[in-house]
Amino acid sequence: MATQLAAQDAPFTWPSQDTSRVPYRVYTDPEIYALEQARLFQGPTWNFLGLDVEIPEPGDYKTTFVGDAPIIMLRTMDGQINALMNRCQHKGSLLCYKPRGNVRELTCVYHNWTYNLDGELTGVAFRKGVGGKGGVGPEFEMHDHNLVRLRVDVYRGLIFGTFSEETPPFTDYIGAELTASIDRVFIKPLKVLGYHSQMLPNNWKLYAENNKDSYHASLLHVFHNTFGVVRPNMGGGIKLSANGWHHLSYTERTPPNDDATGTEKVRSLKEQYKLNDASVMEHRLELGDLVTNSIQTIFPNLVVQQILNALAVRQLIPRGVDRSELIWTVLGFADDTPDMLALRLKANNLVGPAGFISMEDGCVGGFVQRAAKANPDDQTVMPMGGSGIEPSAGSRVTESAVRGFWKGWRDCMKI
Amino acid sequence: MTTTLTPSLSARLTVEAFLHDYMLTIDSDRLEDWHTFFEEDGTYNVTTRENMELGLPLNLMSCEGHGMFKDRIVALRTANIFEPHVYCHIPGALRVTSIKGDLVESESSFTIVRTTNGGDMDVFICGRTHDTVRLGKDGPKLKNRTVILDSRQIDTLLVIPV
Repeated sequence: MATQLAAQDAPFTWPSQDTSRVPYRVYTDPEIYALEQARLFQGPTWNFLGLDVEIPEPGDYKTTFVGDAPIIMLRTMDGQINALMNRCQHKGSLLCYKPRGNVRELTCVYHNWTYNLDGELTGVAFRKGVGGKGGVGPEFEMHDHNLVRLRVDVYRGLIFGTFSEETPPFTDYIGAELTASIDRVFIKPLKVLGYHSQMLPNNWKLYAENNKDSYHASLLHVFHNTFGVVRPNMGGGIKLSANGWHHLSYTERTPPNDDATGTEKVRSLKEQYKLNDASVMEHRLELGDLVTNSIQTIFPNLVVQQILNALAVRQLIPRGVDRSELIWTVLGFADDTPDMLALRLKANNLVGPAGFISMEDGCVGGFVQRAAKANPDDQTVMPMGGSGIEPSAGSRVTESAVRGFWKGWRDCMKI
Repeated sequence: MTTTLTPSLSARLTVEAFLHDYMLTIDSDRLEDWHTFFEEDGTYNVTTRENMELGLPLNLMSCEGHGMFKDRIVALRTANIFEPHVYCHIPGALRVTSIKGDLVESESSFTIVRTTNGGDMDVFICGRTHDTVRLGKDGPKLKNRTVILDSRQIDTLLVIPV
């Protein structure tokens, strides 16, 4: 049991000096999963909870998860954003069992215990009993039973929560260079265009790695090559935070060959597989640069995506050792014209659980998961770009960001 | 003895038979025929009950015009990678909600059981469809089909149309 481990103990010894080898047991071992909840998700990490535009009015709430922990994010009457554990301190029932709503206080349906929007216990039903009989004992103190409250940091409308007092402020957590990448995308007030979620038949880390893995993009997602989406003359690279935990992978048009201001129709590499309707690939430059694809990860549970004009945040939630959920919140800007909205909606055929260039990410983790059960001490090998954790200016044929993920994992897990 | 159907009953039977044909065409992997169930500029959307109720416009999958329908199937056959699987559509209740000229609007419920090559079977999705069918001289064609999934969750991926 993980709970039997002392604070610094590791359930196993990492088999190598670097993070270019990973033992399969990390994907299948329930003990490691339990330890991740305590040391990683409830450790010194900022976990994405949602967007401030999802709770615009005082009293608005939305429920979510940090690892296994159920969370309520809400806006108080004076406009502050709070994150509270969605678990009554009495018998542990969920307080909010609907995905979203508007409340003035939090009342547990089970025994009617009530909390204010700061999570302070304000009411216990029949606290003094009935007719002088029953009720709580004299030692019961209301303030001993407040909800668990997370620290919150809101950056450019993205809401993050952490259980730990050690987590540095968010912009220090990801560093100046990757903060600038967030600034690049979130330039205007946002509008949520919709949601979907993808149940992944694999441990959460296989999807987290997949997003850091720029090596696979044109190999697994054959649509890229078949229909000429990513072309050989495109630039781009990988940026990494100093500690390796967070990354950005991007692709950009290379001027002056491309039309930098207008709409680009992508040519097909194989004439027989030309798209009948290339409008799904139309891209209107809107972020002040020539970047066509940008995938940014913030350790451990967020992906910020710009693929052409398809903008989204993807939130990763572990659902047991061999299952995870990926929640897509698809975005536009509040001032989008009807034309721009239509373009974004069409571009969303590329991404999501049915996306031309992303659906494979739903199944490939499952292929690894099914094979990982055997011989848990055997290891994966990630040699592309060496064994270190360095940015890559010219090439995306590297696994350095995946090795950076494992450094973050080991730092948190003390393994 | 001959029985004369009322126009509304006749329309209902025509639409029902047409939608059954649509489902069996997909279930029998004749996906290259998918677009022929739609008018040349027909539209197709797959969304969720959550998005509909929140008034959000996002679709999981959308097609507008035969070109996009064909591209979906070409990508499925040549580019997209997934574990081979088949659908069994189980049609549920159907009601005709409006008949205006040659356009019949209907609403129906469905369930899809998914079976993979390896034999795993599961209830993949269920929900409702809103179909607008034109009863033209070339037979019925979909002007629009909107699929509203009850759950926001898609297990693994969605590649075969609903």
